[in-house]
Amino acid sequence: METETLLNVEGINVYYGAIHAIKDISFHVNQGEIVTLIGANGAGKTTTLQTISGLLRSKTGSITFEGHNISAVRADKLVAHGLAQVPEGRRVFLQMSVEENLEMGAYTQPQSGVSKDLEMVFELFPRLKERRRQVAGTLSGGEQQMLAMGRALMSHPKLLMLDEPSMGLAPILVEQIFEIIQNLNKNGSTILLVEQNAQMALSVAHRGYVLETGRVVTTGTGEELIESPEIKKAYLGG
Amino acid sequence: MDITIILDYLIRGLSLGSVYAIIALGYTMVYGIAKMLNFAHGDVIMVGGYICFFAMSGLSGNFEEGSMAATVVPAVAGTLAAMVVCTILGVVIERLAYKPLRQASSLAVLITAIGVSYFLQNAALLLWSSNPKVFTPVTGRGSLQVGPLSVSYVTLLTIAACIIIMLALTAFTSKTKMGKAMRAVSEDKGAAQLMGINVNATISLTFAIGSALAAIAGVLYMSAYPTLTPTTGSMPGIKAFTAAVFGGIGSIPGAMLGGLLLGIIEIFAGAYISTQLQNAIVFAVLIVVLLVKPAGLLGKMVQEKV
Repeated sequence: METETLLNVEGINVYYGAIHAIKDISFHVNQGEIVTLIGANGAGKTTTLQTISGLLRSKTGSITFEGHNISAVRADKLVAHGLAQVPEGRRVFLQMSVEENLEMGAYTQPQSGVSKDLEMVFELFPRLKERRRQVAGTLSGGEQQMLAMGRALMSHPKLLMLDEPSMGLAPILVEQIFEIIQNLNKNGSTILLVEQNAQMALSVAHRGYVLETGRVVTTGTGEELIESPEIKKAYLGG
Repeated sequence: MDITIILDYLIRGLSLGSVYAIIALGYTMVYGIAKMLNFAHGDVIMVGGYICFFAMSGLSGNFEEGSMAATVVPAVAGTLAAMVVCTILGVVIERLAYKPLRQASSLAVLITAIGVSYFLQNAALLLWSSNPKVFTPVTGRGSLQVGPLSVSYVTLLTIAACIIIMLALTAFTSKTKMGKAMRAVSEDKGAAQLMGINVNATISLTFAIGSALAAIAGVLYMSAYPTLTPTTGSMPGIKAFTAAVFGGIGSIPGAMLGGLLLGIIEIFAGAYISTQLQNAIVFAVLIVVLLVKPAGLLGKMVQEKV
């Protein structure tokens, strides 16, 4: 596979006050890959994503995207660079309609392309089309996850970052969501996936990084990690 | 009780309520987006009143006494000047006093807002002295005769302004990209940022709109109650805040409804119960409403996320 590094994270350290949450983490995502960060609660997965998307700041190291250093770029400017994040807990705008949520996803895009992009998202998620005028607060958890993903896709991201897309969903929906993730990737999206559901995440990912208390402890291809006895013991329940 | 008299009170109540509603919109929009109570909002009304007063008295000499232009031109220019100055004032207050406290506790922000309120009152005292100025109604002093009913032009203008502002704001927040972004920011600042929305700019815009509305409210309020002093803004400010809470703070239709109801209650309480107890009755109604419906008439109970 010809590889071109899209995102490169080099030696970042993030603190919450005195708490050292991220300790010297480095990893990279190549064009066209699905890369997953797995680990238990509190391992620093979400903190890492929020640091990339500019909601948190690293004290050291660098984050480069397409060769540009984005470590100091404000969160709201990053969308225009081609990064989109589906945050943990989905965080759709509950009091706004499905369509308005998607329009917010296209906030940085020229108005002329929005209706075409809406159709693209509705084709991907037909359920959202049925509910386009409904307020997002009335959607089920799975539908909200689809909305959050559709909303992120509206900005034509070069890198889509997903934070715990399986959280709180029924198993059948989790499978659906991961199928969608794989399809997006087949259609050319590069994906950085943060998951507690290591089994699911590793089964779709090209490569994975295992995080433990703020450090990267292991890395490998999805298959390698899924077969590794240590990982099996720690994250896959046997 | 004569029906004409009741109708007259109702119209006056609607007019006073319209002023409260326009002020309450500023409170409620700022609360919705910055989650803070801007207690200096009432004093922005006072500043608007002074700016309009000086602009009008400065211009009125240039026109022929009693001509149409002598009423209209100074009034329009005065109102616009008040809006421009208040908009800038509102944005500057937010930048200097509230923005540095974005991460601070809400108590610190509240105390700062009270401080800004006293600062504006005392600055006005220094600049314009405590001698009351007598405001000339922007519509002149005439009134419209409808059968036995006499409705002043100020009253009509106030009610019309309230309706226009309500329609414009509704269209703005539901149809325009900026208005929708404003709603997104008020719901979830972090998620809004991830969409590429500039949160600080959106908060500034909200203060700008709220303060421009305060200027309009100031001009209308002064036209009905023409004694202008540095503390003029505090009573309508407090009443409008009450109206915003009454209707459900954070809700734009709630601010409208709360304002109108409060104005009507105030006028009827003054007319039929006691003018001395007028204000006490208004606040008593608020207490009762909050006991029955803690989130206000149109407010939604928001669950704090854990």
